[in-house]
Amino acid sequence: MSLFQSVGRSVTKVDSFDKAHGRAGYVADLPWPGVWNGAVVRAQRAHAMIRAIDVSAALAHPGVHAVVTGADLSDLFPYFGHYRADHPILAIDRVRYWGEPVAVVVADTPQQAQDAAFLVEVDYEDLAAMMDPEAATADGAVLIHPEHLHDTATFGAGAFWRPGAADTNEAFTTELGWGDVDAAMASAAHVQTTQVRYPMLYPYPMESYAAQARFVSGTLEVESNTQHPFQVRRDLARIFSLGLSRVRVTSMTIGGGYGAKSYSKIEPLAAACSHVVGAPVRIALSLEESMYTSRADGAQVRVTTGFDSDGSILARDITVLLDTGAYTDNSVRVLRKSLECCFGPYRVPALRARGRAIYTNTTPASSYRGFGAFHTNPASEANLDIAADRLGLDPLEIRLRNLAKFGESIIPDTRPVDSDLASDLTTAHDALSIEPRPSKLQGMGFGVALSPEGADPTSIAIVRLLVDGTAVLLLGSAEMGQGSRTIMAQIIAEELGLDHTDVAFAPVDTQLVGFQWTTGASRTTSVVGLSVQRACHDIRRQLVEMAAEVAEQSVKEWSWSGGKVLGPDGTELRAAEVIAQWFGSDRGEVVGVGRTQKRGDLDQSPVLWEVGVAGVVVSVDAQTGQVELDQLVTVADVGKALNPLNVEGQDLGAAMQALGGALFEEIIYDGPQMANSDLVEYRVPRITDLPQRVSSVLVERADGPGPYGAKPVGEGAMTAIGGAVLAAVARAIGRWPDRLPLTPEYVWDLMNSGEEVDS
Amino acid sequence: MSEHAIRARINGKDVECTVQARTPLATMLRDNLGLYGTKVSCGIQVCGACTVLVDGLPVSSCTYLAVDVDGRVVTTIEGAAPDRQSSSVVQQAFIDCGAIQCGYCTPGYVLAVTALLEENPTPSDDEARHFLDGNICRCTGYGHIMDAVRRAATIRGSEQ
Repeated sequence: MSLFQSVGRSVTKVDSFDKAHGRAGYVADLPWPGVWNGAVVRAQRAHAMIRAIDVSAALAHPGVHAVVTGADLSDLFPYFGHYRADHPILAIDRVRYWGEPVAVVVADTPQQAQDAAFLVEVDYEDLAAMMDPEAATADGAVLIHPEHLHDTATFGAGAFWRPGAADTNEAFTTELGWGDVDAAMASAAHVQTTQVRYPMLYPYPMESYAAQARFVSGTLEVESNTQHPFQVRRDLARIFSLGLSRVRVTSMTIGGGYGAKSYSKIEPLAAACSHVVGAPVRIALSLEESMYTSRADGAQVRVTTGFDSDGSILARDITVLLDTGAYTDNSVRVLRKSLECCFGPYRVPALRARGRAIYTNTTPASSYRGFGAFHTNPASEANLDIAADRLGLDPLEIRLRNLAKFGESIIPDTRPVDSDLASDLTTAHDALSIEPRPSKLQGMGFGVALSPEGADPTSIAIVRLLVDGTAVLLLGSAEMGQGSRTIMAQIIAEELGLDHTDVAFAPVDTQLVGFQWTTGASRTTSVVGLSVQRACHDIRRQLVEMAAEVAEQSVKEWSWSGGKVLGPDGTELRAAEVIAQWFGSDRGEVVGVGRTQKRGDLDQSPVLWEVGVAGVVVSVDAQTGQVELDQLVTVADVGKALNPLNVEGQDLGAAMQALGGALFEEIIYDGPQMANSDLVEYRVPRITDLPQRVSSVLVERADGPGPYGAKPVGEGAMTAIGGAVLAAVARAIGRWPDRLPLTPEYVWDLMNSGEEVDS
Repeated sequence: MSEHAIRARINGKDVECTVQARTPLATMLRDNLGLYGTKVSCGIQVCGACTVLVDGLPVSSCTYLAVDVDGRVVTTIEGAAPDRQSSSVVQQAFIDCGAIQCGYCTPGYVLAVTALLEENPTPSDDEARHFLDGNICRCTGYGHIMDAVRRAATIRGSEQ
C-alpha cells in the first residue's frame, strides 16, 4: 500500500478535458474586444544602418491607424534584456539581423495590418554581415554592438561571467576550473581530443509568440504566452518607468515552451505599440516570424582529456564557443551552464573550461530545454567513447570507472551528486540490444549527463482553503504542457486530505499570484512544489490554532493528522468544520503562504541536479546515409514520480525532441537570411520517427531535494540523446562525426570519406 | 479583393459567412465564427495542427480556402464530441492515455485520428503512423499518442 493518497498516482491531468475539446484558452484565442492588430515589418538585411523609413503608403491603407518605428519610442527606455539590456524593442538606427523588427503597422484587422506592412519602405545602408563566429572574430570584423551601452550590475564584481573584450564581437566569456591541468596532461598515458559542433536550433513550440497589451487606469496590462511573467514584468517596468505594481502580466495557457518562451519576447513590442497608439494592441506572430524572434545557441565544443592507462580521467581541457546571435538574451546562462555540464558527471581531478559567446548577425539565441548540457554532451561523451577504443576498454567500463558516486561533488563546493548514476547507466545499457535488419549498418550508443537545474529557487505559493473544503492555488508558474497544475493539485490534495479535482487555479497574473522567479530549469515540481507544500503546512498550522482557540484549549493539545484536526479528547474535525466554527457558517477561509529561497535545504548550488541517461540502437542505410532509430531507452531518475504517466510523457518527449537536433534539425544561414525558416526545410521529428522499441525506465529512490524526495524531470533525456546517437551512428559506419545533425548527406559523406574522422 | 458569401454546414449547423477569396478556412473558423479550437502553427500544411474534417476527410485549414467549403460539411474540434459535457471516444482516449501535454496539436490530432478510424477501424501501428505522419507533436514524443490511437480503436470496436 502506498504511503500516499494522491502523489504517486497517474491521475488524469486537470486541463486535458479542455485541451481535448479545443477550449484551453491560448492567448491568440482570446483577443480583447476592439483590440487593434499589429503586423511587424522586419529587416530585409542582416546588418545595416537605417537611413529612412517611409510609412506613407502603409498609413494610407484601409484600416491602418499607425505605423510605429523606433523613433516613436524616444520617451521610453527602448531596450530589454535581463542580463544585458542590449535588445532594442524596435530597431534604432541599425538592424543587426535579418528579420529584426523595424516597424509595426497597427490596423483594425490582422489582414489589414499584414497587407499594409508590405508597403513600408526602409532605406538601408549596408554593413558587412558577420554571419558566424569565425567572421565575427576575424581581423577587421565589423562591430555588431559598437558600444556596450547597457551592461547592468550583473556583469559587475563577483559574477561568473565577464563582458567580452572591448572593440570586438565577443559578447561575454566565462571560465571554470580547478587543479593543475597542464601537469596532469603531461603525465597522462593517453590524451584524446574531440571536437563536435552542435547546431543552432529552433525549439518550435507549436504555438507561436503572441501578446496583447493595453493601459488601464495607469496600469500596463499584458497577456502573452510567456513562461516567465515576473521577468517580463521587470523588463516592462523599466521600459515604461512604472512601479512593479503598475505592470500586470498574465501568462495564458501556453502551447509549448521548452525555454523558447522564457523571458521577454514580443511583450515589450506589443506594449510599446499600445503606448504609442493609445489603444489595446495585439501581435500574433507566424512560425517564420517566431524563428526570427529567438533560437537556441549553436556551439563548437572541443574536449581534450588526459587518461591514465586504466582509463581514469586525469584532466579535461574544454573550450565552448557559442554563436549567440545579435543580442545577449539568456545566452549568458547558456554559456555558464555549458561549462558546468561540459565535463560530464565524472570525477575530474583537474579541469580547465573556457567559454566564449560571439555576437553574429543572426536571430538572437536564448534558452532551450536542457541548454548547456545538450550542447556539450556529444563532444564530452564521444571523447570518452573514442578514448575507450584507443585504450581497449568497453565504453560502459570507462564510464563506470569515472562516474561520480552518490555524495561526491563534481564541482568543488557544490551540491553533491544525489543519484546512483552507475546503476542508472547500467540499467540503460543492459536494456539495449541490436535486432539485426537486412542491408542496414547498425550501432548502439549510450551515455549520461548531469545538469545543474532549479535556477533561482525563489517561489511564493498561496493556497486558499475555502469554507466548503475545496482549494484555490495562486501560483506564478506557467502551465505549458508539463503538467504542473496537475502535480500541484496532487501535492495540495496530499497535504490537506482533499481530492485533487477539488483544487482550482487562479490565472497566472502578476497582480494576483505571488512572485515566481521563472518556469524553467526543471524547477516547478521540485522547488515550486516545496513552496506549495509549505503553504499547505501553513494552513494546517492555522487550522490547529483556530480549533484550539474555539475549544479554548492550548494549541499544544491539538494537532493535524490524517487530513484532519485532532483534539485532546479524540475530537476529529475536518478543515471545513474548523473554518465554520471559527468564522461562522458559510463564511471565511484559510490562506496559507509557502515560500522557498536560497536558504536551508536549497542553499547549496545548484538547487537541483538533473540526471540524463539514454541509449539508442540505430540503423543506417548504407546506400543513402539515412539514420533510423531502432530502439530508444531512457532512464528517468526522478527521486519520486508524483505522476508516473506524466513523467513518462516528459521523458519520452524530451528524448524525441533531442532526436531532432541529433538527426534532422539545424537552422541554416547560407547568406544573410535564414535559409530554412519554415517547417518544410526545418525538419522536426515525426510520428514515423518513433522507434518500434521504446522504454522509459522510472527510477525512484526518494533521494531528491523536492517534495517526497522528488528530483527534476523533463530535460534529462534531452541532454543525453545527442551523445548516444552520435556514438551509435559512429559505430554503425566506422567513422566519428564531428558535428550534428547526422543528416543523410553528412552521414553518406562520412561513410564515403577515405579516413576515419576522430577529432 | 473579391468577397464571397459562402454557406456550409459546420458542426451540424448551417452557417453563412462572407470571406475574401484568399481567406484560409482556419481564419474563417477562428476570426469570423469564433471557433478558436482550430489551431494554426506552421501555416504551410506540414504540421497538422489546423486539421479539420471537410465532408469527413481531414484537411489543413491553414491552406484550404474558405470559399472551397461552400456547400460542404465541416467538423471542427468544437463538433467532435456528442455534446459539451462529454467526449468522443478519441478525445477520451487522448485524455486517458496522457497523450495531451501543451494541447496545441490536440484538436488536429483528435480529428485526424477520428478520420483514420473511420477509414480503417483496426489500423496496425504502421498504418496508424503512416496516416498520422502529417500531424506533428512537439511535447509527447508520440508514445502516448500511439497508446491513445490503439485504445480508441479498441473501444470503438467494442462499442460497435
